[in-house]
Amino acid sequence: MELSIGADLFPILAGTLAAVTCGVLGNFLVLRRLSLMGDAISHSVLPGLVIAFIVTSTRDPVAMFIGAAAAGVATVVLVELVKKLGRVEPGAAMGVVFSVLFALGVLLIRQVEHLGQVDLDADCVLHGQLETLVWYGAPDTLSGLLDWGTFGAVPRQVTMLVVVCIAASVFVAVLFKELRIAAFDSELATTQGYHAGVLHYVLMVFVAVATVASFEAVGSIMVIAMLVCPAAAARLMTDRLGVQVWISVLLAIACGVGGYIAASAVPGWFGKDSVNAAGSMALVAGVLLVVVVFASPRHGVVHRWARRRSLARGMAADDLLAALYRRKEVGEASVGVGQVAAMLIGHSFGKALRGAVRGGHVSNDDGWLSLTDTGECAAARVIRRHRLWEDYLVGEAGFAPDHVHDPAEYLEHIPVEPSGGAETDPHGRSIPG
Amino acid sequence: MAGGGGSIAVVGDELPGWSEIIETLMFRAGYNTNIVIMGTTLLGLAAGVIGVFALLRKRSLMTDALSHATLPGIGLAFLVGGWMGVDGRSLAVLLLGATVTGVIGVVCIQGILRYTRLREDAAIGIVLSVFFGAGVVVLSYIQVNAASGAAGLNKFIYGQTAAMSERDAMLMGAIAVVAVVATVLFLKEFALVCFNESFARVNGWSVSAIDLIMMGLVVAVTVAGLQAVGLILVVAMLIIPAVSARFWSERLWALVVLAGLIGAASGYFGSVVSALMPRKPAGAVIVLTSGVIFAISMVCAPKRGVISAGVRRGMVSLRIAGEHLLEEAYGRGESGGRFALTSREISRAVRIGVWSVVFGPVVRAGLYWRRLARRTRDGIELTEEGVRQGARVRRNHRLWEQYLVSYADIAPSHVDWSVDQVEHVLSDELIRELETQLGARGIVVSDGVGVAR
Repeated sequence: MELSIGADLFPILAGTLAAVTCGVLGNFLVLRRLSLMGDAISHSVLPGLVIAFIVTSTRDPVAMFIGAAAAGVATVVLVELVKKLGRVEPGAAMGVVFSVLFALGVLLIRQVEHLGQVDLDADCVLHGQLETLVWYGAPDTLSGLLDWGTFGAVPRQVTMLVVVCIAASVFVAVLFKELRIAAFDSELATTQGYHAGVLHYVLMVFVAVATVASFEAVGSIMVIAMLVCPAAAARLMTDRLGVQVWISVLLAIACGVGGYIAASAVPGWFGKDSVNAAGSMALVAGVLLVVVVFASPRHGVVHRWARRRSLARGMAADDLLAALYRRKEVGEASVGVGQVAAMLIGHSFGKALRGAVRGGHVSNDDGWLSLTDTGECAAARVIRRHRLWEDYLVGEAGFAPDHVHDPAEYLEHIPVEPSGGAETDPHGRSIPG
Repeated sequence: MAGGGGSIAVVGDELPGWSEIIETLMFRAGYNTNIVIMGTTLLGLAAGVIGVFALLRKRSLMTDALSHATLPGIGLAFLVGGWMGVDGRSLAVLLLGATVTGVIGVVCIQGILRYTRLREDAAIGIVLSVFFGAGVVVLSYIQVNAASGAAGLNKFIYGQTAAMSERDAMLMGAIAVVAVVATVLFLKEFALVCFNESFARVNGWSVSAIDLIMMGLVVAVTVAGLQAVGLILVVAMLIIPAVSARFWSERLWALVVLAGLIGAASGYFGSVVSALMPRKPAGAVIVLTSGVIFAISMVCAPKRGVISAGVRRGMVSLRIAGEHLLEEAYGRGESGGRFALTSREISRAVRIGVWSVVFGPVVRAGLYWRRLARRTRDGIELTEEGVRQGARVRRNHRLWEQYLVSYADIAPSHVDWSVDQVEHVLSDELIRELETQLGARGIVVSDGVGVAR
């Protein structure tokens, strides 16, 4: 696929700027469990826009901004009111407020359409009009961009997004410390003298402004996707907020650029026409998130699965050795495979046995298992921890002697010994040294 | 909006005549209109009933994600139907597709909650936006690439009641009837799971099965509502009636009946208005109607409404302010003066921001009315009964101070400010116990009997 400056530069720019603006702000929404406030605001700025349009009869961006920001703040205030005065559960309060406001917007927009001013269109509100940002008479080469004429050709939507993106970035950069405290502990923030409530409203105004700036270009659905997805993905990748913000910015750029390219490239492979770019950006955000959910270094599903599996294997091996050791203590140096398997129900016994034989801990003599010398050492360590823990639980934690075996079965797998160097466990068995 | 509003009304809509309005209201406006009105009313009823359980299970916004997640299913069903030679536009096929991706969306939310550390709000936002984005992609693909175009699929986003055929309305009505019947049958089970999940589990109910039935009904109603109100607003049909009904009753069956009625009324009114007037999309009118009902409920409901709560709170503040005055006046008398306060002292004692201008006289009037005080030249003076009451309040005050010092570990220099708010809620038993303690410290509090002599 070939990108041309005239057809693709401004859409990519607009999509990416919108994505970054929303992505940066979204970090604080996700942390404060307000993701759906972004959803609510982006639905309910619609009546604000329409009313501003009706009052001024123009699409003057300043009026639109004021209308949208007012609607955004009204949403936040109304949700709070319904929550507090009506004692309605937060989710339901949000649902009531934004759906009623959105319905109002839909109704108003139909009246406006009738006035013959069709450039406010309900569908565009949802998925934007990236396609219309075509630059006629664009230079053919990148070097042609280094010309004063370039600035004159930048469409209003893009200019607006540049301004809002810079404003949002500056807001987050300057108030990063305050936003962080408010996000994690708003009471602490208040006692430290930052008014968490005011900060909350400022953040919400920014969300509303970002929403309205992005509206025309990418539509509300991508706004919601960008408010939640990059921040959520970044949150799964790191525990540090600063890093998280940067990752979310990178992911947002990836969504903007990748989504736009995928919208025309992927159908192109099958010889089809390109699809809606804003929807595709949301879809790319979802795909990125799925990748992160599985592959993230510490919180990823794959990593956690592997960790759990290796833990389970280690425990199975420990239990196998301990079982053989206990038999040996009562004089049975070798035990039949079937018997051992019956003792270790719930483990993947076969794998544990093969691992133990391969590791030289257990010798398998035609179905009869016995501990090797190294195996006996390893088994003694497990048994020692088990019995020390039993001793500790009875002596220090006040457990009854007949109740300590099961907890000790868990604790023996942790490679830490409890304090106290008893010689025998509560049942009178000797503790190996 | 004021200026523009006028112009809308002017250009707007020639209002239909009374006879037409009445005919439509009475189901005499022609077969198709009747079918649509019936369908939407039934749908509103079902959505209201099912919504109660969605609300009680705190799933209001999950249904929003569910409805947004139906969009890709609608598009895909259209495409797959086209490939398989089925009519891709038949409502049943489209709704089947909608159900499939809607359910996948809900499963994704559960998966995100189970396997990641993201919270429910983020999970809902992710599923909602990504699935809807996917739907927009699929629809735009159909728009530009499918021979027949995507005409008609867009109606599921904003809803298009007028496009409803007789069979569509029947389908919707049937789903609604099934939902209502199921609710009536399973009301007890639903209530159990909604209010005390662990109790239900302990008693041997399969909570997940009951939950599945509830969720299934939510899915059915959502899917049925797509055409009427559109997928963005269908959440409103589910939750607004339930939330509104919650203000009026605390009994589940009453909640269910009320929510059903509110939903049905909104559905009925919305489709009638949109049938009568041009450019009034039924979905929006339905939602706004229920929004108005919600606002009325929130403000006016007898127990949980804003007005009654405000009145209750006002009464309490009045009583507390009155007792402050009594105590203040009693204090004057106890230290040797008269049991009286001047107007200036009164306004200082009852300082509640700008409201004291109104509040002070009302408090005083309350005291006169209860015959606890009488008017004097420059203020009030306590009656005999007033002195007794003042003594009681003063005593409670002292007792609370003692309580806070000896039980709550509050420094003696900090107690006074906290007792002012709490001296009005003391129980008799506690009073006796604290009196003993005060007595042990050598402080005797008078109960006011005989002081006024």
